Amino acid sequence: MGQPQDPRGNLVRPYAVTRGRTEPRRDIPIEAILVASQAAVQEARFAGHDKYRIAVLCEAKPQSLAELSAFTRQPLGVARVLVADMVADGLLSLHSAAPKKGFTERMDLLERVLSGLRKL
Amino acid sequence: MDFASSERAGAQPREITSAKIVIAGGFGVGKTTLVGAVSEIEPLTTEALMTSAGQGVDDASKVPGKETTTVAMDFGRITMADDLILYLFGTPGQTRFWFMWDELIRGAVGAAVLVDTRRIADAFAPLDYFENRHLPYIVALNCFDGAPRYEPDEVREALAIPPHVPLVMCDARHRESVKAVLVQVVEHAMATLVAEQSGGYPAVVG
Ligand SMILES: Nc1nc2c(ncn2[C@@H]2O[C@H](COP(=O)(O)OP(=O)(O)OP(=O)(O)O)[C@@H](O)[C@H]2O)c(=O)[nH]1
Ligand SMILES: [Mg+2]
Repeated sequence: MGQPQDPRGNLVRPYAVTRGRTEPRRDIPIEAILVASQAAVQEARFAGHDKYRIAVLCEAKPQSLAELSAFTRQPLGVARVLVADMVADGLLSLHSAAPKKGFTERMDLLERVLSGLRKL
Repeated sequence: MDFASSERAGAQPREITSAKIVIAGGFGVGKTTLVGAVSEIEPLTTEALMTSAGQGVDDASKVPGKETTTVAMDFGRITMADDLILYLFGTPGQTRFWFMWDELIRGAVGAAVLVDTRRIADAFAPLDYFENRHLPYIVALNCFDGAPRYEPDEVREALAIPPHVPLVMCDARHRESVKAVLVQVVEHAMATLVAEQSGGYPAVVG
């Protein structure tokens, strides 16, 4: 697997960073926000280059899964596996992963977005 | 254990909320341009692995021998407050990657379908897609230089856009114009939510 002659080589290689795991421990929406504390960044030093990089990005400012995929140049599915691991290991905190339910909650969000847009 | 984990990740006491608006449309209609006009960052690109049939690839070993391809989506970001971030996601130009569209619209506030007035018929596939989904959307006519000028009503009729779907003109290169499009999306989402709440629109099952 993953040898250059393998016709699936191109496909398999991106998942090398996850040690071949393709199923994230939990599903994370593309726009979910990830945050890391300074302590988590220190700890992520021992979690490998990719996870460290993600922790550093999320400590500098809150980042979505989509941004982490873009900045680390990992396909979305790969970034999702790494991020889900890091959430499970307490290296990242996950925000905004559940869709808003209920009229009031949804309306509040829409109102905030609307006023944010008008202030642009 | 749990306590230790949340301690380490913690530090951010407040929940941060993100919202997303989807910018849909066919190939080259100006999606990336629109996103770039309001985004605080240069539009970024994220890639997903797909089979050429348009299915997502989670496990490469499950699709031996199938052709695979990457599908790129670009997106922008508007930080509205410490605890509120809006993302704008452009759909992949190729409408055959419906799988990715489904992932993009999940949890979205709403969508704008961009239409290039020089190639109106290209809008049928994206419009059909949204017609069958439970997501508020508007249609934005991107007026390219030298494109034929149609009246909005002519376009609405030509594309059979239902009366409850707002239709606006825009210039994807101009910030104020794009802001107006996004405001329309959110206002329409609010109106739809209110109508649903009071039993107005029948819910379309996606
Ligand atoms: N005159 C004019 N040109 C535009 C407008 N919007 C986009 N363009 C130009 O049209 C071309 C395509 O725009 P993009 O924003 O790349 O379109 P896209 O929908 O992201 O394209 P794909 O991602 O390839 O599907 C670019 O050269 C833009 O500069 C507009 O409102 N008016
Ligand atoms: Mg584009």
